[in-house]
Amino acid sequence: MAIDPIIGSRIRDRRLDQEIRQADLAKVVGISASYLNLIEHNKRRIAGKLLADVAHALSVEPEQLSQGVNTSLLDQLHSAATNLSATVEVDRAEDMAVRYPGWTALIVAQSKQLAALHDRVQVLNDRMTYDPELAGSLHQVITAVTAVRSAASILVSGERIDADWQARFHRNIYDDSVRLAASSEALIRYLDTPDTDGPPQSAPVDEVETALAAVDYHISALERAGQVNIPKLVKDMTPRGDAAADLMTRFLQTYQADSTLMPLAQFAQSARDADYDPVALSHQFRAPVDSVLRRLSSLPASDGHLPMGLAVADASGAMLFRKPVSGFALPRAGAGCPLWPLFTAFGRPNQPIRAEVALPDATEQRFLCYAIATPVGAAGFDAPPVLHATMLIIPDPAQGTTEPIPAGVSCRICPRDGCAARREPSAMR
Amino acid sequence: MAKRVLLIEDEPNIIEAISFILSRDGWTVHTHEDGTSAMDKVLALPPDLIILDVMLPGRSGFDILRDLRATTETAEIPVMMLTARGQARDRELAERLGANHFMTKPFSNAEVRDHVRELMEAT
Repeated sequence: MAIDPIIGSRIRDRRLDQEIRQADLAKVVGISASYLNLIEHNKRRIAGKLLADVAHALSVEPEQLSQGVNTSLLDQLHSAATNLSATVEVDRAEDMAVRYPGWTALIVAQSKQLAALHDRVQVLNDRMTYDPELAGSLHQVITAVTAVRSAASILVSGERIDADWQARFHRNIYDDSVRLAASSEALIRYLDTPDTDGPPQSAPVDEVETALAAVDYHISALERAGQVNIPKLVKDMTPRGDAAADLMTRFLQTYQADSTLMPLAQFAQSARDADYDPVALSHQFRAPVDSVLRRLSSLPASDGHLPMGLAVADASGAMLFRKPVSGFALPRAGAGCPLWPLFTAFGRPNQPIRAEVALPDATEQRFLCYAIATPVGAAGFDAPPVLHATMLIIPDPAQGTTEPIPAGVSCRICPRDGCAARREPSAMR
Repeated sequence: MAKRVLLIEDEPNIIEAISFILSRDGWTVHTHEDGTSAMDKVLALPPDLIILDVMLPGRSGFDILRDLRATTETAEIPVMMLTARGQARDRELAERLGANHFMTKPFSNAEVRDHVRELMEAT
């Protein structure tokens, strides 16, 4: 088994932080100073009781030494540096996260807040640019102000102006002031509508994902027998926009079809019995594999099921649906890793793919991925094929049966060298 | 003979104010309020300088500017664009299409007068 390349370094850093002499720590845990020295320089493996003793002596949890930091947190830390194009010691990110978890969480939280603010500015900017009603109201206000300013400037210029022209400009100013008042009121009324109270509207897909995340992607109302009023459910879950409601309707209709084919109680038990094998469940329930993948991802973790993520993409690489799972970041748009089975499935439509993926962190966390690409819509001659790929993601599979695919999250935060799939240089070095 | 300015703008009170200012400055001011027939007016006149609003009924000022630059008889006429939208990309588009100056509303009378003088002197 390979030695974690930095576990010894973590012990050394912690010890030095606490100004404990190497010989003193060695004595406390019952080993020689020279052996501890080899461990600290990553030349000897450490695990089990000795690791627990060292951790106890250093007043940290053993996992903080053995596993370092939550990989998702590390990804987010890397993203924080990349998003601001900051010049930081990216190779020390894990070290920092282990040593200062509170500060690391703060950086990540601030980065998320910055991203949220950036999105908010973008939404407002888009609104200013593309919202025809707002643009029209502003145009009226500015036009009236321009006319008032020009006429008033003429009147106060001090130059001699005929009485007739004076009267015309006075009347124009009055007319424009009336128009300005009306257009200003219209603008205020518009800005005062409920739409603009609170945060600006997010993209429809974000609204849908937020609503689904709130119920952990499990729709209890659709698990019970009997008629369900889907339009009402859609309205409750996505009250803000038609586009989000349309997306939610499609999601719920698919969910309902899947749950009808694979009723929850029976499917949940079968999933446990089959060790969450989608193909076995597909045979048992005579259900398409992509339906089974979706159904598995909807099993509530609160009932003791494995945490499972889900990604659906079209052949352009656009993410159509994301259910995130810890450690496996699914980018919002167009920046995923082409080595994911989600994308390789497009090369073999209708063929289920099972592969383990390792993400590039200190622990090379593994994920078991099941994927399949299936045609969408009715078949027809000479029509371009439309495929959607669905991938179920299960973190930390019990035992690896195959060599994992060394993949990444996105090229910008992936440190792997010599990757044929690389699109752009990494910011991780 | 006084040089001719054609003001293509659909807002009557702005037309009146700019016409007054430029007439007092010695220019002959012609006005036109519709985007669709603006090119006909230009070709019939033709003016020494055009003040062109972006948002016009019928056709946008950008479309008119594109036609002006693509037409031999009008390609060299200086054009000053007026807009209530001060976005950078509008300015950039105006420059790319060949506008000589770009002015954002609300502007001052002095600005209009000074830029007209400047452009007329360059012709």
